[in-house]
Amino acid sequence: MRFMVIVRASKQYEAGVLPTAQELAEMHEFNETLVKDGVMLAAEGLRDTSYGARMRFSGKGKPVVIDGPFAETKELIAGFWLVSAKSKQEVVERYESCPFEEGEIEIRQIFEAEDFGEALSAEARELEARHRA
Amino acid sequence: MTERDVDAAIEAVWRIESPRMIATLARALRNVGLAEEIAQDAFIAAITQWPQTGVPRNPGAWLTSVAKRRAIDLLRRERRFEHKRDEIGRELESERLHEDPFEAALDEDVGDDLLGLMFVACHPVLSPEGRVALTLRLLGGLTTSEIARAFLIAEPAVAQRIVRAKRTLAEARVPFEIPDAGERRRRLSSVLEVLYLIFNEGYAASAGDDVMRPGLCEDALRLGRVLAELAPGEPEVHGLVALMELQASRAKARVDSEGEPILLLDQDRGRWDHLLVGRGLTALSRAEKLGGALGPYALQAAIAACHARARTAAETAWPRIAALYDALAAIEPSPVIELNRAVAVGMAFGPVAGLEILDALASEPALAAYHLLPSARANFLEQLGRITEARAEFNRAASLTNNARDRATLLRRAAALRL
Repeated sequence: MRFMVIVRASKQYEAGVLPTAQELAEMHEFNETLVKDGVMLAAEGLRDTSYGARMRFSGKGKPVVIDGPFAETKELIAGFWLVSAKSKQEVVERYESCPFEEGEIEIRQIFEAEDFGEALSAEARELEARHRA
Repeated sequence: MTERDVDAAIEAVWRIESPRMIATLARALRNVGLAEEIAQDAFIAAITQWPQTGVPRNPGAWLTSVAKRRAIDLLRRERRFEHKRDEIGRELESERLHEDPFEAALDEDVGDDLLGLMFVACHPVLSPEGRVALTLRLLGGLTTSEIARAFLIAEPAVAQRIVRAKRTLAEARVPFEIPDAGERRRRLSSVLEVLYLIFNEGYAASAGDDVMRPGLCEDALRLGRVLAELAPGEPEVHGLVALMELQASRAKARVDSEGEPILLLDQDRGRWDHLLVGRGLTALSRAEKLGGALGPYALQAAIAACHARARTAAETAWPRIAALYDALAAIEPSPVIELNRAVAVGMAFGPVAGLEILDALASEPALAAYHLLPSARANFLEQLGRITEARAEFNRAASLTNNARDRATLLRRAAALRL
């Protein structure tokens, strides 16, 4: 199974405060253990939302583009990992030693090919039927 | 925390911590079987204590200290016995008694222990099944029941394989060490073979199989990535990792909604996992930079990479694939590789060239009942307008396959041919 571990933004992060050398070193060490155990697939930190934009879709018209920054800090994402693990619990155990002192991370399971058994075939058939109509 | 949560936590901790624990214990005790038993004892202690006390803040350290106490007790007991028995050994033994083998082992690089454990688990004295079971158990952190489910065999059979493998290691007095330069390559190729065997077992799983089966691909990939960290200078390790990452990248695209396989050239490339493609290409370039471009795994990975780099099937670099198959056939001659080479040559240089290689394979006993040989011939013959021969080959291929859908497709193609 694969999981995305999402890091929620903090006020400091949104204000563009960069992590200290110490914090970076600790995070590097934590990431090294994920790499050594063969579970790390990818990890990225995101720039604060002043560098980003949102696109809002509604109906068939052109989507509306809203440039950052965005206000509601709690819902913003500051970075993510993609990790391979046997269970959600394994991810939880591994992230016990993640060097955050405050804030929140969220663990989400990624759909895999084997998750789409019967469900996919039914959905795909329906889609196919719609394309033919 | 509920009991179920604690169980799940212990299982997860076992998966994360046990390989390193067993490796370190195995080096300190010079005995892999004993190391595994002590690690297990420590986990049994956790299973009995954690539901009452809760999972400790640092479960790995808790388990290590329990295992360490047991290992030291055991060593002391053994030594007292040896002392009585062997006067000559006394001085040496009492010297060793003062140093804590565990502390010493912990001071050294755990990475080397893990590598040593891989070499032992994949030792050539063991049967292939024994190597696979031991590798998944000791290094993959899988339980015997998980291994049994993944390989579609009964749990006692797996337990038996593991017991037998440990006994074989003890009887053959296999030392816990990293083989020296002369042996290393040969022993490493045994490790790679085991990982690829595990990967292919998972890759062969079909839709509806227990999730443990496709999970084997991930287990093999994870162990391959671990090995690449432990032996970063070995090109074939990166070659194998590249091959597995690239093959795994096509997992979602290789079956249709009915669960039937889709041939590589017919796959929807948008469904390939581009993260894994990228990782595979990176691993391949590592193998090549280390001078390993011509290793058997690196060559197969390079062929997979040609497909991965082509945006559409029509853009496939067939001449390069044909050249890579030439190189592969030169180091690992086999009728199946030759058949693949013929197809690549035919795609690159036209049906006459492909047919020439296939015709040389006609009397190959290993391919006598293999439907892909006549079906490949039929394709080339059709392209050359030799319709009667093509029809006969499609029909022959249809009679050789056990897959009903393949048979139907081949018969349809035979029937569609018009003079």
